Amino acid sequence: MTIQAAELPQTTKSRNMALPSARRLLLWTGLAVLLAWVLVPIYFVALGAFGGRLGVFRWPKTIWPTDLSLAAMTQFLAIEGVFNALVNSLIAAGLTVLFSVLLGAPAGYALARYSFRGQNAYRLLVLLTRAFPLAILALPLTVSFIRLGLYDTPFGVSLIHTVLALPFAALVTQSLFMGIPREYEEAAWVFGCTRFQAFMKVVLPLALPGLAATAIFAFVISWNEVFAASILTVRERTLTAYLLRILAESPLHYRFAGGFILIIPSVLFIFAVRRYLFAVWGIASK
Amino acid sequence: MPARTSWIPYALIAPSVIFLGALFLVPLVQTIWLSFSAGDGFSLENYQRMAGDLNFSLAVRNTFLLTLVVVPLQVVLALAMATMVTKLDRGRDLALWVLTIPLGISDLAAGLAWLALLQNTGYLNSALYALGLIQGPVGWLSQETPWALFFAIVLAELWRATAIVLVILIAGLQLIPKEFSEAAEIFGAKPWTRFMRITLPLLKPSLQSALILRTVLAFEVFAVVYALGGRNFPVLAGEAYVWQNDNQNYGVAAAYAVLIMAISLAATAVYLRVLRTRPEQLP
Repeated sequence: MTIQAAELPQTTKSRNMALPSARRLLLWTGLAVLLAWVLVPIYFVALGAFGGRLGVFRWPKTIWPTDLSLAAMTQFLAIEGVFNALVNSLIAAGLTVLFSVLLGAPAGYALARYSFRGQNAYRLLVLLTRAFPLAILALPLTVSFIRLGLYDTPFGVSLIHTVLALPFAALVTQSLFMGIPREYEEAAWVFGCTRFQAFMKVVLPLALPGLAATAIFAFVISWNEVFAASILTVRERTLTAYLLRILAESPLHYRFAGGFILIIPSVLFIFAVRRYLFAVWGIASK
Repeated sequence: MPARTSWIPYALIAPSVIFLGALFLVPLVQTIWLSFSAGDGFSLENYQRMAGDLNFSLAVRNTFLLTLVVVPLQVVLALAMATMVTKLDRGRDLALWVLTIPLGISDLAAGLAWLALLQNTGYLNSALYALGLIQGPVGWLSQETPWALFFAIVLAELWRATAIVLVILIAGLQLIPKEFSEAAEIFGAKPWTRFMRITLPLLKPSLQSALILRTVLAFEVFAVVYALGGRNFPVLAGEAYVWQNDNQNYGVAAAYAVLIMAISLAATAVYLRVLRTRPEQLP
């Protein structure tokens, strides 16, 4: 975790000092626009979530928060099953991260480092998975899941979500491992490391940022997935499946409340891994 | 130079092969079989019903249009973001955190967020009203305004899914040795030349991953479209969903699924060929 500061010397800093002030202004303006672009829709859906029925239909609207109350949100949260759905979503997403990294990263490493018979067949299998809509995949599985007792459980949902996340994990880790020179590993072998030790001590630390990114993909894929989750659950719905069912007959301010609740955990999640991601990306170093 | 073939790669891929065999190949074969069976025995009836549907050609056109507009814009936007962020010396943490927030946002939620902006009494119309451009609430997301609806979906998709491209590209940028760019700078290469001649070629594996990932997802676009416009803007995945859930016709839904798969496979094959990286081209 501490190597990247030495590994990636900060050359940008000295260059920045030489940036003319006009270009600096342009850079900051561009960034301000991009940051606003990301944050403004979240702000507006939050206003919609807390504005209640009156807020949604007020005309014309002001961009400032007026008459916000927790009533709309508490009414929405009081609907039976919302909290349970949130827990189910978190369990399914957590299991998906675990399965997809444990299954996908070794495959990505094999694709990047070895040429072997069946390599292209495996790559095709991986891409084929990704190229197929999950919805159809879940339908024939319903029957066998009922038979195996996996139906209506977050574990069963996470299995389908892993089918979706695994190809990402394999593809992303493959390009990741391809970017790490094989000579580093060979040097470690020369100094008496076994293949496994060389991987753990040399490749893995360099690969951690990409693996973290892979884990985020897996989490996001599971968290966002609606269709298979709705098909494979009845009572133990995930949050998205639950919201989808409610959305059909709910007024606008409930829809915004649902959207806001879907957004908040992901904002917190990105915030929680931020330090780790930035540390391994070598960006946060002074 | 690839390593000598041994049992190791097989041991590494075995767990995922078994997993995908049970949870992907089996249902996949079932689906293809389903799409070709109607009544008894082999038949193309499902495909005929699919192609004969009113929304079919619209859905094909809309899906292709969305993909061709959204994916290139996302790559350009992500490259611009990555370049800007790496130039920062202060506030880089904060900027990157904010820019990666949409990474965790569900497509359903993204559609709802833009619905808050673009609905009839939403913030866009309020702003236009304040500027004196419209007299009262105007609907942008209805069947009468297909291009406005298309533009809204493009905005929501750009907003939601550019962050995934950004993360892959930044992870790739970190693996490019700084020395290459520094050497080019010493020889007098301008920033644009360094970007085009050094960064972009070395970023090819990451670009390939990002493009495959985004293009395939773009062909499956569904929840954003549904949240913003309902069925006013038919797309392929949406039609498959309707045939499956509302019409309870799994055969036609399977036909749509097979079609989406064929298109996605073709796009992936193109990327693999055009952006292939030979081992000796790597740093």
